[in-house]
Amino acid sequence: MTGVMQKCSKVFLQVAVLNRPISIAYLCTVSPKDQYEQMVKKNKVVVFMKGVPEQPMCGFSNAVVQIFRMHGVTNYDAHNVLADESIRQGIKEFTNWPTIPQIFIGGEFVGGCDILLQMHKNGELIEELQKVGIQSALLEQEKKEE
Amino acid sequence: MTTIPIQNNPMEMSIRVKLTNQFSPVHLDVFNESYMHNVPKGSETHFKVLVVSSKFENKPLLQRHRLVNEVLCDELKNGVHALSIVAKTPSQWEGSSKVTEKSPACKGGFGK
Repeated sequence: MTGVMQKCSKVFLQVAVLNRPISIAYLCTVSPKDQYEQMVKKNKVVVFMKGVPEQPMCGFSNAVVQIFRMHGVTNYDAHNVLADESIRQGIKEFTNWPTIPQIFIGGEFVGGCDILLQMHKNGELIEELQKVGIQSALLEQEKKEE
Repeated sequence: MTTIPIQNNPMEMSIRVKLTNQFSPVHLDVFNESYMHNVPKGSETHFKVLVVSSKFENKPLLQRHRLVNEVLCDELKNGVHALSIVAKTPSQWEGSSKVTEKSPACKGGFGK
């Protein structure tokens, strides 16, 4: 029985190698780390949250959505960790950060809700957005008022 | 006869002890905000901590939060589901309103 199994897997391996050399190579090279690195760089702003921006399922995630809305930032990638347990765990390992939400700007990890709120209050968020070419709506508002 | 007080908030106590030992804070607040969430009465799942310590001097916010998260990693692995952090230096604390805002209201996603 074991012999048959070995033979089968050997045949399968050969077929797989012959027919799908590219995808095998792909599977081998894309580690979870690379996967998340690509995910967080896919958009200027990337958020891992509970629920979706239209319906956040957690007060902290909701606060993140509201802060970005105030800055006129609505076109960001939002990953709902409640919909995918592997992302919920994977992103925590990737950033070594234990809680959700998690925010990335320009591919860089910014932190969670508390940090974003602080950056919003002290004006740093406007600067960080500017660095990746996003003009904050609050900045435009300020200019109009001047 | 001595009576031993009954501890029904072991998580809060543990958070207090660890933050005190690690940061020697000049001011420390530990708020159990679990009551704001869809968890049984008396739960210890959602916390907010305010730590004012000179050990945060010259450290960016992300690093300060990482330090707090690291100290409380056992608690975060074993029941603490949400941890909101305010980490200030003594001079920032003196210059602030010294009011800690409550965390935002729950949106029902706990445990899902």
